[in-house]
Amino acid sequence: MDVAMPRRPRRSRRDRFTKILITAMLTLAALFYLMPVYVMVVTGFKAAVNVSLSQMWTPPTSFDVAGYKSAWERLSPNLVTSFLLVIPATLLSGMFGAINGYIFSKWKFRGSDLLFTLLLFGMFIPYQSILIPLIRFLQEIGLYGSLPGLILVHVVYGLPITTLIFRNYFANIPGELVEAARVDGDTVIGIFRRIMLPLSIPAFVVVGIFQFTNVWNDFLFGLVIITNPARQPITIALNNLSGGFSVAWNVLMAGAVLAALPTAIIYILLGRFFIRGMLAGSMKG
Amino acid sequence: MAASQTAPPPRVATSHTTSPSPRGRRSPRESSISKLLLAPSMFAIMVFVYGFIAMSIWVSLSNWGSARMDLSIASEPLETYRRLFTMARFQTDLRNALVFTVLFLIISVVVGLTLALLLDQSIFGRSFFRNIFLFPYALSFIVTGVSWRWVFNPETGINLLLDNLGLNLLLGKLGLPEFWPPWLTTPEVVGDLARWIPALEGLRTQIGLPLAMIPVIIAAVWQLSGFAMAMYLAGLSTISHDIREAAQLDGASTWRIYRDIIVPLLKPMTISILIILGHVSLKIFDLIFAMSGPGPGFATDVPGIFVYEQTFRATRYNLGAAASVVMLIMVSVVIVPYLARSLKEL
Repeated sequence: MDVAMPRRPRRSRRDRFTKILITAMLTLAALFYLMPVYVMVVTGFKAAVNVSLSQMWTPPTSFDVAGYKSAWERLSPNLVTSFLLVIPATLLSGMFGAINGYIFSKWKFRGSDLLFTLLLFGMFIPYQSILIPLIRFLQEIGLYGSLPGLILVHVVYGLPITTLIFRNYFANIPGELVEAARVDGDTVIGIFRRIMLPLSIPAFVVVGIFQFTNVWNDFLFGLVIITNPARQPITIALNNLSGGFSVAWNVLMAGAVLAALPTAIIYILLGRFFIRGMLAGSMKG
Repeated sequence: MAASQTAPPPRVATSHTTSPSPRGRRSPRESSISKLLLAPSMFAIMVFVYGFIAMSIWVSLSNWGSARMDLSIASEPLETYRRLFTMARFQTDLRNALVFTVLFLIISVVVGLTLALLLDQSIFGRSFFRNIFLFPYALSFIVTGVSWRWVFNPETGINLLLDNLGLNLLLGKLGLPEFWPPWLTTPEVVGDLARWIPALEGLRTQIGLPLAMIPVIIAAVWQLSGFAMAMYLAGLSTISHDIREAAQLDGASTWRIYRDIIVPLLKPMTISILIILGHVSLKIFDLIFAMSGPGPGFATDVPGIFVYEQTFRATRYNLGAAASVVMLIMVSVVIVPYLARSLKEL
């Protein structure tokens, strides 16, 4: 005690300095991360004449919604398409993922782990390497260029990640619950419906949010499967908008904000679940 | 988008309790129903993943080099691959993918770890800062590409900001040239490895750093370093408080605790991050497509864009398919050992 006493004040002053330094560094980093967001939002609110090149970084002198209005007029059909795509695709791949995850965790059989690994490989492949056969296949079954075709594609390629999240979730539910129900004569499907499903709402939330974001932000599938520009999802429409020569920057930036808004809102409101989805596979449990 | 590209690593949870029913006690009825429930998904994956990959390989070996479909195998089946690897553009693409992957991984890991450690030490605003750093991860690569292209506009973007902040005034006072780089618009490649490694002399592309790649790497780090940070934070939360306290009681400084104890414990996390982000960067497409496209002199071209353009614009199906198979092999080299290891742990 006697030895430690004189050192304490010095130490705490240094500690306070370190804390201030850390906060300053974090603030600087935060400014960097927010910079493009600032540019997007601010440019969108500028009047077209004010988007002059030399004033890019200055805040708008007055709030002008013309950019957002124009972006909305051009992009609203594509926003609707994206919602019509994302909602069924998320629900369907979530449902299949729940069933798969249940079997892979609670009803293992010889070779089921190998099957699970084969399934997981599907989420890592570069989708370029399946595009030509995929398009031929969709043409054969008459779904090429249509929204149901794109939904089907997102459901199938969403299976690995949804299955993984549910499998890891169910693995933490004690096997005794399943065993007890079995002793009572409950069936495989009955146990799923009566025991697992009611317990799996948190997993559904995680999968729902994560897949909503994934499908909303997809670009490649929408680009090559939907050929009619008016019916393409929002990411493709935004990219087309930025490729046009006549488009003003304020409209483009407003468009980028519109395209980012749904996933941004989800992230801000439900970020916890989003992070859990992201880390789902990486953590034991 | 980032999330679709960064699927979480396939490290899988093992049950806390032993398997609910030992294999022998399972009724035949139960086991056939289990398999039946998996059948639709497994069938879809077998067709859409493995079947389609096999067909892509077939196309890459075929004569289908124009809009007219021709699935006959070429008399020299590997001719398309030979042509692909001798193309200056594809050699450039492989170089770009490699340069991008190496720099992007190093910077993302360093930035992610630094942010995680800073957050670990900070007392207030932790979740606030964390949410800001991870926010770009929730956005689409297209949104990122569009906004960063505006930021890297040489006349108005970051250059103007730095100029407004007085950077060039300072450089001028020091007698240094103005800082006004052309960013995405330069075809310049710095360095030439062929000078040091004679084996590279036969290549038709310069093995160096394409300067136009730097803005793309910055944008990618902006979007995905938050993922590395979140992984490291998750890793930090598993390091028990006791270890830190014990080290502190032994009189170790904070710096030494981090250097000698905590950072080494995060090594498995680093490996996971490298595998996940590494496979993302090898197949990068959306971000570059929106931000710069192939770029001046193919300075930002990558295999993903090559496949898209050869297949859907030039209708050279066999060439596009061959390049896509090369992409698949590159990604598999990173991913398959990882999957094999996690299968053993199951």
